This record gives sequence, structure tokens and C-alpha cells, in this order.
Amino acid sequence: MSSSAAFLDLAVQIALAMLSASFLLSVFKVIHGPTLPDRVLALDMLVAVAIGFIAVLGIKTGYTLYLDVAIALGLVGFLATVAFARFILARGQIETRRDTRTPPLITAEAHALTPDAVTSRIDLDPPAPGPRATPPGKSGTGGHEPGDNAPPKGKPGEGRR
Amino acid sequence: MEMVTTVIAGVLVLGGAFFALVAALGLWRFPDIYSRMHAASKAGTLGSGLVLLALAVHAGDTATVTRALAGIVFFLLTAPISAHLLAKSAYVVGYGLAKTSVLDEMRESKTLR
Repeated sequence: MSSSAAFLDLAVQIALAMLSASFLLSVFKVIHGPTLPDRVLALDMLVAVAIGFIAVLGIKTGYTLYLDVAIALGLVGFLATVAFARFILARGQIETRRDTRTPPLITAEAHALTPDAVTSRIDLDPPAPGPRATPPGKSGTGGHEPGDNAPPKGKPGEGRR
Repeated sequence: MEMVTTVIAGVLVLGGAFFALVAALGLWRFPDIYSRMHAASKAGTLGSGLVLLALAVHAGDTATVTRALAGIVFFLLTAPISAHLLAKSAYVVGYGLAKTSVLDEMRESKTLR
């Protein structure tokens, strides 16, 4: 009886040490992480480790009121990760911008990957003018007024589709 | 009986903390953002889920067990969604795979944006 309680006590101590180590590793990854998704991912990991801390402290002290806090923390962490993902998506393509200033360990990989990224951007570019080029063509086939009113008539036609 | 649940809770706590530590090490050891995400999402979820399960085993009352299980289910539901969203936006925006990766099956679908 008391031996199992002693085992649980030892397990809780070891688990607290391991969770502290993983918490520190995640924090240093947030600081160090060369790109923005790395930092967001480390923040997500921090939330997971904090939930683990709350559960271990609940076992250790018997004070399980923080479990509601853990659930709310999971919700907030999920929403933060989703918002950061939308922010990364809204920030746009990266390699024309500050990514040339990333640390040298990653820029080596980035240089190796630059041809792919460049070709993908070249592939990306023609479809982007393509849909924009089609509405004047449609308005030209509609052809009532080929003058300055053609783009406004092309856009409602696009909008109906 | 209580001895058995105590031992099970201790083993689950140790396993959960081990998986959390493995996930935090994987954040540092893996070469690119996608494999790091694979480590942090799966092993991190398993770590906190195991520790919550240990709490549910250790605490006998119904309220704590219910809340711990609700937390596990919620975390299992949300972690893949957030990891998928983060991976998709990072890929679309142009963060590259590691130099050692051999296949990029999503390259054709980069125009999905």
C-alpha cells in the first residue's frame, strides 16, 4: 500500500522533472526557432506541456480545480494556433522578403530549395493573371461597349458565376 | 484495488511525461517544420492525454474523471486540426521541405491557394 504510494510519488517527481525539461526546450524553441511556423508550433507544444503540468499537479496535490483551467487553456491554444496559421497564410509568400536574413543553418536548406520555390512562383504567376485576363475577354465577347466600361461589366459577369 | 490504480496512475504519468519530453526533443532534432509538426502534434497530444488519463485513474470521483476525459477528447479533436492548418498554410506560403526529403506530392497542388 505504502510502497505503491511511494512509487506514485516518485513517478510524479520524475514526471515533473521531464515536463520541466520539455517546457524549457519548447521555450527555447520559441526563442530560437528560425521561422514563424516553428515558433507557433512551439507555442502549441507549450500549451500541451502546461496541460500536462496541471494534470500532474492534480495528482500530486489532489487539487483538481485547475482541470477546468486546463480545458480552457486547450481551447485558447487551439484558437491561437488557428489564428496564427491564418496570419501566416495572410502574410503571403516568404522568399522575396526577410527570409534571406534567417540564420545560416536554415538558409543553406533554403538555398537548396530556392529553385523549387522560384519555379513554383513562376507556375503560380500565370494562373494569377489568367483569371484576371479572362474577364476583359468575356466582356469583349459580350462586346456591347469595348471602351472603358468593359472591366466593370466583366466583374459582374464573374460575380454571377 | 487502490494499490492497482495507484500503480497504473504512476505508470501513466511516467509515460505521458516521457512522450512530452520526446515531443520537445523532436522540436529540436527534426530537420524541417513539417516533421517537427509531426513530432509535436502526435507525441505532444499523447503526452498530455496520458497524464490526463492518469489523473482520471487516480482521482476517484465522477466529476474529475468526467472533466479529465472531456479534456482528453477535446485535445484529441483539436490537435490534428490545428496541426493541419499550420502545415497547410506554411506549405502554401512557401516554407520548404528539408533537403533530405525525397518526395513532395503536394507540389502540383500548390496552385490550390
